[in-house]
Amino acid sequence: VALQEESASMAFTLYSLIQTAILCTNAVAVLHEERFLSKIGWGVDQGVGGFGDDPGVKAQILNLIRSVRTVMRVPLIIVNSACIVLLLLFG
Amino acid sequence: MDLPHHGYRASKQRGRAAHPTGDSVLFEDTSSAAPAMNNQGYYTPGYNMEGTSNDMQGDAGVNNLFTDPMANAAMMYGSSLANQGKDMVNKEISRFMSVNKLKYFFAVDTRYVLKKLMILMFPYTHQDWEVRYHRDTPLTPRQDVNAPDLYIPTMAFITYILLAGMALGIQKRFSPEVLGLCASTALVWIIIEVLVMLLSLYLLTVHSDLSTFDLIAYSGYKYVGMIFTVLCGLLFGSDGYFVALAWSSCALMFFIVRSLKMKILPSLSSDSMGMGSSAKPQLRLYITVATAVFQPVIIYWLTSHLVR
Repeated sequence: VALQEESASMAFTLYSLIQTAILCTNAVAVLHEERFLSKIGWGVDQGVGGFGDDPGVKAQILNLIRSVRTVMRVPLIIVNSACIVLLLLFG
Repeated sequence: MDLPHHGYRASKQRGRAAHPTGDSVLFEDTSSAAPAMNNQGYYTPGYNMEGTSNDMQGDAGVNNLFTDPMANAAMMYGSSLANQGKDMVNKEISRFMSVNKLKYFFAVDTRYVLKKLMILMFPYTHQDWEVRYHRDTPLTPRQDVNAPDLYIPTMAFITYILLAGMALGIQKRFSPEVLGLCASTALVWIIIEVLVMLLSLYLLTVHSDLSTFDLIAYSGYKYVGMIFTVLCGLLFGSDGYFVALAWSSCALMFFIVRSLKMKILPSLSSDSMGMGSSAKPQLRLYITVATAVFQPVIIYWLTSHLVR
């Protein structure tokens, strides 16, 4: 009963945090450059507006998306494959 | 108001008693490398001397027990293995986080802890919120009451988990899994809050000197308020809980706003580019206020199920 009440108040385990992180990173990594981001004006070439010392919020977001896609591509392949195998084995 | 301080004093004494024989990596490093290493001004020399002499006394006492040469050789081999293991662990850990920076946050003493707890519970009379520097490095919490530390948040976190177990036990809802669940829930909320803060500071290009550990420290200060709230809820029932919740929420919001204002907002005088700067000060203010408002919400969220 206590466990049910705890989970009713959004009890987090560390495992659910890892799941959330993997899902969010996957979501960012799936954004395709030319099919999607350029169409809505978030392409790589549209980010760098002024060369002042403060790029602005939009440029920072675009930078972040681009760097996540570049850096996390290979680790995400590994982590996702491991997750698939584990979920198949242990449900 | 006495009970939270009692808890802190007791755990502080335990911490002090464990230090001379301490075999945790952080403290052993300081005492053994005291003469050679310049800890970038984070430690006063008195602290290092005490650590070294304690270490030497411990070694002399152990060596006198083993007069048998075989046991002596075995012990020296074992200690060399242990040293190798310790070096390897140090190398691995220092790849992820700088241990020196972590030691800075635990350089506290009793006077600092008491004053900081007073400020956390009643910040309205504290005048000077500036973090003082000493030749470009921030002063240790020993010398500056405004410096953030990680000792209070860590102890408060552990005390909160124990208190949650006790509260559930009083209401006969206790089981060992609940304790672990409570601990990991609180830990996950800290991680989420620190990540959101880091993300928003990065997106708005706030060039402050708030490191990750500083943010963890400021997020951990809410546990002091939570402990006070849960105690009042247990002692005085539901009314006492809400009164204590209101009091500690206001105190914590004031504390967070005054502390973060110094770090986040003053840099707006340096970047006066006429173009986007009209949006910047407001966004930085929003971050500070949002952080402050988030504290009561999370305090209520994490403690309401303990005080029915």
